[in-house]
Amino acid sequence: MERDTTEIAILSGKGGTGKTSITAAFAAMAKDIVLADCDVDAADLHLILQPVILYEESYASGVKAAINPDQCTGCGLCMDLCRFDAVERINGQYAIDKFACEGCGLCIMVCPENAIKSTLYQNNRLYFSQCRFGPLIYGKVGIAEENSGRLVARIREEAKKKAREVQANVILVDGPPGIGCPAISSVTGSDAVIAVTEPTKSGWHDLLRLIEMIKRFHSRIYVIVNKYDLNKKITKEIEEGLKERKIPVIGQIPYDEQVIHALIAGKSIPEYRKELSINHNLRTIWNKLLKKIVPVKLN
Amino acid sequence: MIIAVVSGKGGTGKTTVSTGLFYYMQKHISAPVQLVDCDAEEPDCHIFLDAARISDIPIAVSMPEIDNKSCTYCGKCKKACAFNAIIMLPSADFIEVVHDMCHACGACAYVCPENAIHEIPVQIGEINFYRRKVNNDFFEGRIKIGSTLQTRVIRKTLKHLQEGGIVILDAPPGTSCPVVAVVTKADYVLMVTEPTPFGLYDLKLMTETVKQVNKKHGVIINKAGLGFDPLYRFLDNHHIPLVGEIPFKREFAKICAEGKILPAEEQQLEEIFGNIVENVLDGKGYN
Repeated sequence: MERDTTEIAILSGKGGTGKTSITAAFAAMAKDIVLADCDVDAADLHLILQPVILYEESYASGVKAAINPDQCTGCGLCMDLCRFDAVERINGQYAIDKFACEGCGLCIMVCPENAIKSTLYQNNRLYFSQCRFGPLIYGKVGIAEENSGRLVARIREEAKKKAREVQANVILVDGPPGIGCPAISSVTGSDAVIAVTEPTKSGWHDLLRLIEMIKRFHSRIYVIVNKYDLNKKITKEIEEGLKERKIPVIGQIPYDEQVIHALIAGKSIPEYRKELSINHNLRTIWNKLLKKIVPVKLN
Repeated sequence: MIIAVVSGKGGTGKTTVSTGLFYYMQKHISAPVQLVDCDAEEPDCHIFLDAARISDIPIAVSMPEIDNKSCTYCGKCKKACAFNAIIMLPSADFIEVVHDMCHACGACAYVCPENAIHEIPVQIGEINFYRRKVNNDFFEGRIKIGSTLQTRVIRKTLKHLQEGGIVILDAPPGTSCPVVAVVTKADYVLMVTEPTPFGLYDLKLMTETVKQVNKKHGVIINKAGLGFDPLYRFLDNHHIPLVGEIPFKREFAKICAEGKILPAEEQQLEEIFGNIVENVLDGKGYN
């Protein structure tokens, strides 16, 4: 019997702690893997993995209302009822602020003149690609668009399909910063979450909020302290704080300027320079993860 | 004047810049200066500022609850809900609004012919007010963990802006709706980036967003000196003003790690922030 693919999400709360560099390094070490970049606001994994895009499609970025000025009698009912303050009155003329409209459609329902219509925007993109380590699915939210949570869910769905197709063991999800809608959408139902933090006061503050969010969705959490040697005092505080909360630290990674040079060269860390000692840390963490999370395939 | 501090990529130094500007301006400019932390998912400015928390107010929205005794399972609410937040199983006599998916728009209550839907206040976050020099010169929006309505939290937080003087808005990372909610409020958008391929790529996305909302803007390069020329070429080619550079130094990283304010700790950085402020205010008459 074959077990399902294991899905591992990499998150951080605070941005810039090293999620994407670590994801790319794991990708280089893994076998039979599918990658999903769910940081749809700023998908960067493809900059290292440089995949070939096999095909792409547009994805609904949301519905927005628009008022037809010829039909509008200026009764103001839409403005009174809109909960998003998305109806503006400019020189006596009512209009929808497209940046504020969340597409609920209430104004369309209430307008006595039928003067408001909705338009579906398709400004989000979904990319199906192949890189040197395996398939990569990623998305891009249209400029100033919304619906990022649903786009993330769709990327994960497509990654799962792909994983079944190519019989991949592991799906690695590179998540967004934060703990809101797209971050929640990246962790719901995943098998484990790797939280990448750094020894800064903000890193720790943000990690605590992230942990609380992840706990709501019952995923297993493992923490990586990246750049741990930049501030050993804070690293120790983080480790002690996590111990109190019974959250395991799965490994530490030292600061190494070569990580940035690898990035500039468009390579993952293990590809850039095999001899870097940081590779040993990454390899140990990856092997530990596989042992802890990925069930043995019983063929 | 309202200045939004943004970046497509996370961790480029938005909060470092916001708190540095706030510190510098409060010290050197006589006009009132306010800082609002709009990164409601992970508000971090308070870690850097020596400010006393003086009050907080809850942010709530009205979310629907359905009384299944009055409900006839006509399905109008389910059809009206644009967010698929209503689960209805007539055979099991079950109908419910999933609050985690609800945007609190009020459409379901509006369409219900039986008056079976009433709304209750649900807290989605809070606004915390602090005092640094004067009451409420710094406040933050903070989303309740598990809520997905970050844009709503930001919009409600921004309603507490005081008119006049200078306002600094520390935005969340990214380029989508929560960021736009902040940027649309601003007169000037200050984009913080770093000289790496990620920094450049995300700056390009951010530049598109800023153009879309048609705002005056400039760039700060943080961790400068890492040696990535394409970033400078991009700024040149697109005529985007570079208003300041913060050099990469391990000591600076240490100051930030410990939650301290850069220009308060280093003379060199005080000068750099002074130049940034001059470039951004550019003869706006604040002194």
